[in-house]
Parts: sequence; structure tokens; C-alpha cells
Amino acid sequence: MMDALILSRIQFAANISFHILFPTITIALGWFLLFFKLRFQWTGDLKWMEAYRFWVKIFALSFAMGVVSGITMSFQFGTNWPGFMESVGNIAGPLLAYEVMTAFFLEAVFIGIMLFGFSRVPNWLHTTATFLVAFGTTMSTFWIIVLNSWMHTPQGFEMVDGVAFATNWWEIIFNPSMPYRLAHMLLASGLTVSFLIAGLAALRYILGDRKETVRSQIRAGLTFGALLIPIQIFAGDLHGLNTLEHQPAKVAAMEGNWETGPNTPLVLFGIPDEEARTNHFEVAIPNGASIILKHSPDGVVPGLNDFVAEDGTVLHPPVAPVFWSFRVMVGTGFAMLLLSWGSLAFLWRRADDGRRFAIRRLPKPLLWALVPMALSGWLATLAGWYTTEIGRQPWLVTGVLDTSAAVADVPAPMVLSTLIGYLAIYAALLFAYLSVVVYLTIKARHGEPLTELTPGSGAAVVDAITRDGGAGPRAIPAE
Amino acid sequence: MELLGFPATQWLPFAFASLMGFSILLYVILDGYDLGVGILTPLAGSEEERDMMVASIGPFWDANETWLVLAVGLLLVAFPSAHGLILSTLYLPVFVMLVGLILRGVSFEFRVKARAKYKALWNNLFFIGSLMTSLSQGFMLGLYVMGLQFTPLTILFATLCALGLTMGYAFIGATWLIAKSEGALQVDAVAWARKSILGAAAGIGAISVATPLVSERLWNKWLSFPEALYLAPLPILSLMLLSILWRGLETHPRGEGVRAWIPFISALGLFTLAYIGLAYSFYPYVVPEKLTIFEAASAPESLLIILVGAMVVVPTILAYTILAYWVFRGKTRELRYD
Repeated sequence: MMDALILSRIQFAANISFHILFPTITIALGWFLLFFKLRFQWTGDLKWMEAYRFWVKIFALSFAMGVVSGITMSFQFGTNWPGFMESVGNIAGPLLAYEVMTAFFLEAVFIGIMLFGFSRVPNWLHTTATFLVAFGTTMSTFWIIVLNSWMHTPQGFEMVDGVAFATNWWEIIFNPSMPYRLAHMLLASGLTVSFLIAGLAALRYILGDRKETVRSQIRAGLTFGALLIPIQIFAGDLHGLNTLEHQPAKVAAMEGNWETGPNTPLVLFGIPDEEARTNHFEVAIPNGASIILKHSPDGVVPGLNDFVAEDGTVLHPPVAPVFWSFRVMVGTGFAMLLLSWGSLAFLWRRADDGRRFAIRRLPKPLLWALVPMALSGWLATLAGWYTTEIGRQPWLVTGVLDTSAAVADVPAPMVLSTLIGYLAIYAALLFAYLSVVVYLTIKARHGEPLTELTPGSGAAVVDAITRDGGAGPRAIPAE
Repeated sequence: MELLGFPATQWLPFAFASLMGFSILLYVILDGYDLGVGILTPLAGSEEERDMMVASIGPFWDANETWLVLAVGLLLVAFPSAHGLILSTLYLPVFVMLVGLILRGVSFEFRVKARAKYKALWNNLFFIGSLMTSLSQGFMLGLYVMGLQFTPLTILFATLCALGLTMGYAFIGATWLIAKSEGALQVDAVAWARKSILGAAAGIGAISVATPLVSERLWNKWLSFPEALYLAPLPILSLMLLSILWRGLETHPRGEGVRAWIPFISALGLFTLAYIGLAYSFYPYVVPEKLTIFEAASAPESLLIILVGAMVVVPTILAYTILAYWVFRGKTRELRYD
């Protein structure tokens, strides 16, 4: 029988893994929706409105999934981890409160107007609502990343009788790892959505849907993916260097490096063995880790054996999960790089009519490869979070609070029963979510292209955009 | 830092208890009506009627539920030790509530986006989720009133509260439908309100009778002189509102205009009065008979930084919430993305 600690950890890990899938989509998809809406307003081309209407459905569905799983987590702080708030509540509390006050309500109120208000409010207000929802999801990201980063690299507080008291809020908010983690996560969300859009549009294209909007979505997804992935690789590298400075044990686990020293090789593949404290079947590039982490072949890189106490207590994170998650994340990132730039290279060639970026110039294998890559962002994001979160163990708050010290005094069988309940529900919901996303995609292929923009429920007139303004967008036939 | 001569360790916990109380009250009223509509959905006369019921809450439910997140968030940040104690004691009912909230939250989307043949399934889950949420909230309320003790008697009482709050939510949901609908659905909603008001009144009555019996402290708080005199308006106003509602519902408020809103506004008043009564009973305890708000409060510096933000943000939230109710004013129309 497992104890309440490990069960609570599995339960929270399951919960937060399920949860992060959906914000990863909605954070960037909100901005993509604004992009589609503004493209429509500037060009008057209805293909952008078609894109908006398709993706707003995916947004609504993902948003609901994110909300309900997020509420669950906020309660689990109390039901399973009361020690967390008792110890660092003075820091975590205000950050969470600001997230609720500046982000949750903003999103929750304006999503109603964004989803159902198109024919009820002036166009500018609908666009503003779209902007505010995107802004709200980003604010939410900001606050939660601040808290998470503080748990990795805490500063700006003092401990009195085991309770943290804030001394400098500026230091708490702008803690050392926050800027890197925030950039890394926002870019991860951007990439997730870029490849999701390209992937689902590619699926429609393969199924015979050659509408203008489908081709534009493939182009938009690939272009944003190609733009963001080099930035992400750069930001990820900076984040890694920051981690090396503040959490060397995590980096040692990521690299699978046991002994501290110069000329450390970069382990590409290996099977870390914590008992023998070595890697089996290692494939490595000589001096690689020293060059990446210290920018010099004889740079001294920390090894895991430095993080074992005199009495043999292991003070570093479990090696294998961190080592593997990191490789999955990096591998997926490079697949994104290859696919997006490879596809763009093919698209750059002129078609018969002399135009560039014709989707039909994309070779079949690349088009097919885009479809499974629709979920590549999820894979990379989860792997990245596993790397950093498991890499923080055995600490809940680095140097301040042990994970085991925060767990609730709830009987293990009770935690086990709720864990089974959550897992069953999450599995069912994930299945339902993916089925409905595929169903909506397949259904969209039968839809006719938009030819005019008629307000659905007929009350309000879609103002500005339907008026034939000289300098404004192309006139759309009104009712 | 002092305020009106009170030290920060006095007025800050009080301010946060008030803010949290305000959030819980708004939650109970706002999510109360949309949970209530969810509980009533199986009674809809047709699929169109059910769609209309869901459409009447579609643009609002998410923001309504956020008040719960704020309330729990405030409990967490302002009274962390109480938060841990209450939630780990209520471990299983909280789990049931969360599953309910998950099911109904996603059903809003799935019932209209999944294949048509699965709509009935998601309708059922929407109902079940709403029911699980309200039953578990009522159960937790009952246990809380009983001082978070698990004995056969308190569990029986909590079960009665679960039924009472569910009827109360169904009632306020029905009055919301009276205001937001027309035609056959409005006639149905009047009938539902007339039935559920009895359950709601019984629930409020049960808690009112039981509260003074729980402890000597509560007995003295309610039934000694002159407190009983000052408190008399609570039951008197409640009875007046009940009679207004009962008679108003008899004459079938219909159609457009303010008249259709009278039942909802009266229900809102009734909930508020009952809530004030509960708040009076428990003050200054945040965990009944165990932990006062002053003992459980976080560090004043941390509370202050939240309060400063709240003073700016909460009025803004209220303002744009009102905007949303204004945008979706009038009788409910079909929900469309275009």
C-alpha cells in the first residue's frame, strides 16, 4: 500500500498535467483569435472570419476544460497540501489572489461577450472582448509563473518559526528564474497552437477540404511555428543557464552527469542508474556539456555526486525521469524546427502560376507529418514541466519546504479512492475532448465558405465592418 | 498600521472576513441560480426548452463560478490554517463537489459540440453535475453549522441541508427563468418555483431552528435579550419575502418588464437574509468553535498588499460584470457564435 504522500503527489501530478494541456492552448489561441479577427478587419477577407469561427469553438471547449481542472487544483492545495499554505502562504497567497482578481474574472466575464456577443455588441467591443480574454489568459500565466518560479528560486522573504514572511515584493515577483520561465512558457504555448492550427488544417486539406481558409491556416501555423521555434531554443538555452546557476542538481540530472569536472561530455543517450551511479549504454559527444553550459571545453560542470550527504541521503532529484523528460522536450523541439523550416522551404518555391506559398507545393509526407505534430506542443510542454518540476524535488520550495512536510493528514485509502476517481474522469474527458476536436475538424470540411457576414440572431447589425467606408475594409454585403 | 484606532491584527482579519463573506454570498446567489437551472433541466418540456434554459445561463456561469474561486482563494490567503483544516476535514464532500463542477462545466460545451447522438448523454451529465455540486455544498454547509463534527446526528442534519440547499438553488434558478424566459418555459418556471419554494423555506427553517441548539454560545447569541430584539428583523423580513413570493407566484408573473424580475429579486433578498443570519452566528469564528478569524489570519503585510489590490480590482470586476449582464439583457435568445 502506498502512503498518502506518494498518492497525493500522483494525484496532484495527474491533476496539473491534465490542467496544463488546456491553458497551453488557450494562452496563445486567444492571441491567434485576435490575429484572425484583425486580419479580417484589415483585409475584409472572410477566410479569416471562418478561421476565427472554427477556432473560437476549440477555444471555448479548451477554456471550459481549463477552468474546471483549475478549480480542482485550487481546492487540492487545501485538501492535500495544507502545509504548503501554512508555511509559505504569506507569499503564495497574494500571488494567487492577484491571479484571481486580475485574470480569472476578466477572462470569465469577457469570454461570454467574445463567444456569444458577436451579433449583440458593436464590433469594436467584440474585438476588445477578444483582446481582453487573450490578455486575461496571459495575466494568469504571469502570476502563476511568478509563484512557480518563486518555488524554484525563492528570494525576498525571511523565515520566522517555519513560516515565510515577505520582505520585498519586487524581489519575490522578479525572482531569478521568473523571466526565463515566463518566456519559455509563453513561447511553448505559441508553438503548441501554431502546430495545432497547422496540423488540424492539414488534416482538413488531406480530407479534401481545399477552402482558402484551410490553406491560410496551414500557412499561418507554419509561419508562426517557424518564427517561434528558434526563439524558443534560444530562450530555453538561457533558462538552462539560469537553472545551472540556481538549481545545479537539476541540470546535473538533465545532463545525466554524475561527477563534477571539466571536459564533461554531452550525453545524447544513456540509461541512468541511480544505484550504480552511472549511465549504461552511453552515447556522448566529448566536451559537449561543458561547451553548452560553460561555453568552453574545459568548463567545470556540476555532477550529481556532489548532492549526496555524508550519511548517504540523496539531495538531488530522481535522475531518470528528469533525464528522459528533458530529452523528449528537446527532441520534440528539434522536430518542430525541422518540420516548420522544411515545409517553408518547399512553400518558398514558386508554383506554376509564379506565386509562392501554394500549399499544393508541399510534399505529401510533410503534409501528413503535420497531422500528428498537432499534438507536439502538448508533448513538449508536458515533458518540459516534468523536467523542471521533478527536477525541483525533494523540495517543494527550494531550500525552504520539503514536499513531504506539506502533505495533509488524510488517510491513504481516502486519497487512493479520490485519485482513482480523478484519473477515470480525466481519461474520459481527454478522450471526449480529442474526439470532439477531431469531429469539429471533420465536420468543418463539409461547411460552405462564408460568402457574407450575417448576424446570427439578427438583433444588432454588425456595424463598422459592414458599412462601406472608403478607407475602411472591403464592404461586406449587409443583410 | 492602525485604522480607526484598531490595530492591523484586528481590522485586517475583519476586512478579509467581510470580503470573503461578500464573495461567498455572491457565489451562492449567482452560481445558485445557474446550478438551479441545471437541476431543473430534466423537467424541460422539450429539447428546445432545455436549450433555452442552458442559453439563459450560458454567458454567465463561468464568471459566477469564479466567485467561488475568489472565496476559496481568500480563505486560503487570509486564513491559511483554517483553509487546510476545513478542506481536509471535508475531503470527500469537496471531491464530490469538484467532480460535479467538472462535469457540468464541460457539459456546457460538449452538449452542443459533440455529435448529436451524444447530446442526451451530456445533458444527463450536466444535470448530474449540477446536482452533485449543490448537494455537496448543502452537505458541507450543514456540517459546518454543526461544527465540522461527524456523528450520525450531524450527518443526518447535513443530509437535510443538502436537500434544502438543492431545493433553494432550484428555486432561485426557477425565478431566474421566470425573468429571462417567455411563453411555455415561463409558465413551467412558475410551476417549478412554486414547488421548490417549499423546500427552500423548509431548509432555511431547519437551519434557523437548529442553529441555537448547536451550542450554548449560539443559544445566547440568538435568544438572549436584547440581541433577540435586534435580530427580529431577520426572520420577520424573511417571512414577508416568502409571503410576497408565494402570492406573487400565484398570479403568474409573465411577459416583459420589471414584474417578471420580482420573484428573482425577492429570492435574492431571502438568500441574503439567511446568509446574514449564518454570518452572525459564526462571527468571529472561521472554523466553528475552534479558530477565530484573528487567530487564523495571515501576516498583516501580506493581507495589506492583497487588500490594496482588491480595493481597485473588485469594483472593476463588478463594473464589467454589470456590462456583461447589460449586453445579455432581456429575454434569452438562442446562443450563437455568429
